[in-house]
Amino acid sequence: MLKLPEKIPDALARLLIVFLALIGLGAFVVVVLIPKPMKDVRLQWASDIQREQAKPLHYAGFRVCEECHDTIYATKNAGYHRDLSCETCHGPARAHAEDPDKTKPVIPATRTFCPQCHSYNPSRPRGFPMINPVAHNPLKPCVTCHNPHDPKPPTTPKECSACHGEIARMKAVSHHVQLDCTTCHQVPQQHRISPRIVKPSKPQSRDFCGQCHAKDGKNKLAAGAPKIDMSAHGEKYVCWQCHYPHSPEVEQ
Amino acid sequence: MNGRRNFLRGLLTVLLSGGAVGRVLDLLPSRALAREAPTKGKWYGFGVSVDKCIGCARCMDACKTENDVPREPFFVRTWVERYIIRKNGQTTVKTIVPNEEAAPEGALDKSILRSFFVPKLCNQCVNPPCVQVCPVGATFQTDDGVVLVNPNTCIGCRYCIQACPYGARYLHPVTRTADKCTFCYHRISQGLLPACVEVCPTQARIFGDLNAVASPMSRFQRMNKIHVLKPGLNTEPKVYYAGLDGEVR
Repeated sequence: MLKLPEKIPDALARLLIVFLALIGLGAFVVVVLIPKPMKDVRLQWASDIQREQAKPLHYAGFRVCEECHDTIYATKNAGYHRDLSCETCHGPARAHAEDPDKTKPVIPATRTFCPQCHSYNPSRPRGFPMINPVAHNPLKPCVTCHNPHDPKPPTTPKECSACHGEIARMKAVSHHVQLDCTTCHQVPQQHRISPRIVKPSKPQSRDFCGQCHAKDGKNKLAAGAPKIDMSAHGEKYVCWQCHYPHSPEVEQ
Repeated sequence: MNGRRNFLRGLLTVLLSGGAVGRVLDLLPSRALAREAPTKGKWYGFGVSVDKCIGCARCMDACKTENDVPREPFFVRTWVERYIIRKNGQTTVKTIVPNEEAAPEGALDKSILRSFFVPKLCNQCVNPPCVQVCPVGATFQTDDGVVLVNPNTCIGCRYCIQACPYGARYLHPVTRTADKCTFCYHRISQGLLPACVEVCPTQARIFGDLNAVASPMSRFQRMNKIHVLKPGLNTEPKVYYAGLDGEVR
């Protein structure tokens, strides 16, 4: 017989047998009893991907609406709201697309809806059309004047501040408050119709500002304007590289 | 003499064991699953034009509708932050609240240097820290590069929520499991756009296959100067930002 067991104490041998049995039992449970999907993460992941893909849709997508509402879709696609999806304003429309009579998408005609995008907020990008909802035709629903599918002002307003409110507000508290916009900008008539294609002119040279601000300036109306020596002041730069003409105060 | 021999022997042991530890770490699931972007098949990415975002929160609203995210304001899969940077260098960041009229605060506040909106969502990292830390393998990366959570396996330990450097995960108050943006996986696998991209009124959000030759996403990458959030963490986000301010973290 083997000599080994003689060296091992009896108690230890029994303990070893118990441990071996436990390991064997564990291996049996892991290998045989536990079903494979519980052990293989890849199978679990595959079933999760299936479950994820089977989730219900709420938004129908931008292509679906056109199939029935083609005229309104064409109107929208020709106007300033051409990049908007119908569901941006009308809400999730999958249910409506599947059963048009049962559920109807919302028509947000109230005055609280449009300002979510169009109320003035200084963090919004420059050039985005914004209004002050308190001052802009109070209490009238937006749709009385604007067609949301082809939004543009009913008539082009006369005053520049209607579109360039930020500049107008800034100019109103600056030393240039007395100047009309047209003092410095020539505005072609076409700018009112295609504001982004035909743009107003801007001053091109130092001499333009110099008409009022040069030491030997010729404009008699600008007697009180701050005067500088055009040859010494500002070197090679044009005026608006340092001074913002709509708020020309030198700060600090 | 003996001291030097011991030192050399110790050094050799440390070097060898270090190499061994490195090999073992390579075998760990997180390392074995770390991957390169495939050149074939779908590999989804997301583009955000910061300059176009108007902070209208349509995306936040649509995401909650599409994915049944709890309506309470602090559970979000995607959100929009408003950054206000002051002349003294102080920066305030606040997540905007949907359907709340944005206060025109700062219109006349001369101390504000610049302010803007930044949309955020799960970055669907190529090397996702959340996948590496999950103790039960409940969160994983699909073949098209989207990180998903399996709610049947998730034990709600919140480890992934802690690990995400972008704060993109939250614990769902009903299921008590981790939840996050899936790029609307149920929509994109049907060829639709994610809900937030669908409703964005200014095209500030772009979605598409990064491997596609011609798609809005590849055009976005071609036409813009691109940055990602926290590039130093080597998570390799797949949400690309154009026009991102240096203050944005």
